[in-house]
Amino acid sequence: MTDPRIGIIDERLKEVNKIIAVSSGKGGVGKSLIASTLALTLARRHYKVGLFDLDFTSPSTHIILGVEDLKPREEKGIIPPQVHGLKYMSIVYYSGEYASPLRGAEVSNALIELLAITRWNNLDFLIIDMPPGISDATLDVIRLLKRIDFLIVTTPSRLAFETVRKLIDLLSELRVSIIGVIENMKVKKSGFVQQQVESRGLTFWGEIPFDAELEEAIGDVNKLSATHFGKKLREIEKLKV
Amino acid sequence: MHEWALAEAVISTVSQIAESEGLKEVTEVFIRVGELQQIELDILEFALSQLKPLKLKNAKFHTSTVNAELRCRVCGHEWIFSKDKIDEETAEAIHFIPEVAHVYVKCPKCGSPDFEIVKGRGIWLESIKGVR
Repeated sequence: MTDPRIGIIDERLKEVNKIIAVSSGKGGVGKSLIASTLALTLARRHYKVGLFDLDFTSPSTHIILGVEDLKPREEKGIIPPQVHGLKYMSIVYYSGEYASPLRGAEVSNALIELLAITRWNNLDFLIIDMPPGISDATLDVIRLLKRIDFLIVTTPSRLAFETVRKLIDLLSELRVSIIGVIENMKVKKSGFVQQQVESRGLTFWGEIPFDAELEEAIGDVNKLSATHFGKKLREIEKLKV
Repeated sequence: MHEWALAEAVISTVSQIAESEGLKEVTEVFIRVGELQQIELDILEFALSQLKPLKLKNAKFHTSTVNAELRCRVCGHEWIFSKDKIDEETAEAIHFIPEVAHVYVKCPKCGSPDFEIVKGRGIWLESIKGVR
């Protein structure tokens, strides 16, 4: 018995130039905000950008983007709707406002289904908001998406970095590309994360100071873009087609 | 027309298997379709017939449906999924992503959403026959 969906995934992504997985070892480090704001930033630079929320059990990018009452179009698969200049895909189109209690194998199956049926067509960047950690979704993304680059988000906390270090070790061992590390929610001067990142031969994109105003901007992309967080992310962003 | 995307996946996978097995021609393809995903067989079969590449020109597609058997992980109760018990919007959501069943379907005995899809989830390629 063979799962036929796996065999079509490369075909579905063949017109996508770069696939960037925004990932972290733990939750609560600002991954979804960075993934969403990065996608918006690239779209405003007139790149063709997709944003795929892969955090199936705790999706949040739809709240960050203020997405309501949208559904993908059906056309020999599904076409993600355009949201603020992005092609945007999330499980919330189907799970609505309800909890989606999925175990690991179910997350894998849902991920394979969406990769097999979503028609992204031509994109410069597909930004993936990953669930935290190194469990099923991360392993599946590594297994199924051959041309993926990881952008890793941490905070200055040694607790956060310890989980990130394990993610970095895993990706390095599997020879998966890491394009950079962002230190988010910086509150006081410390070179710990930068030193740790650079000592592993990785690119430290930079630090983003903790922004107390950010919460007020959630759901409004113009406000989000105008925050110190948004401005700093634009400054440190290093993506090229 | 989600069936078209799945038909493309079947054709692509059959072609890859035919290539790796050194088949000159594929004669038969056996496909199992789980009832949870509520795939319209007519549309799937039509899409398969339209998408056939040269190597599958004479291939016959055999599709069979499999009941969706669910088993509660909390109380062990087993039951068969029936789309007649859910509304149209929910059925459509499960059609696109069968795992969304965990959002809307609960164990009829204890009410838990923590159940296992024992069989009958989506589409599977059972076997293919061909000429070397």
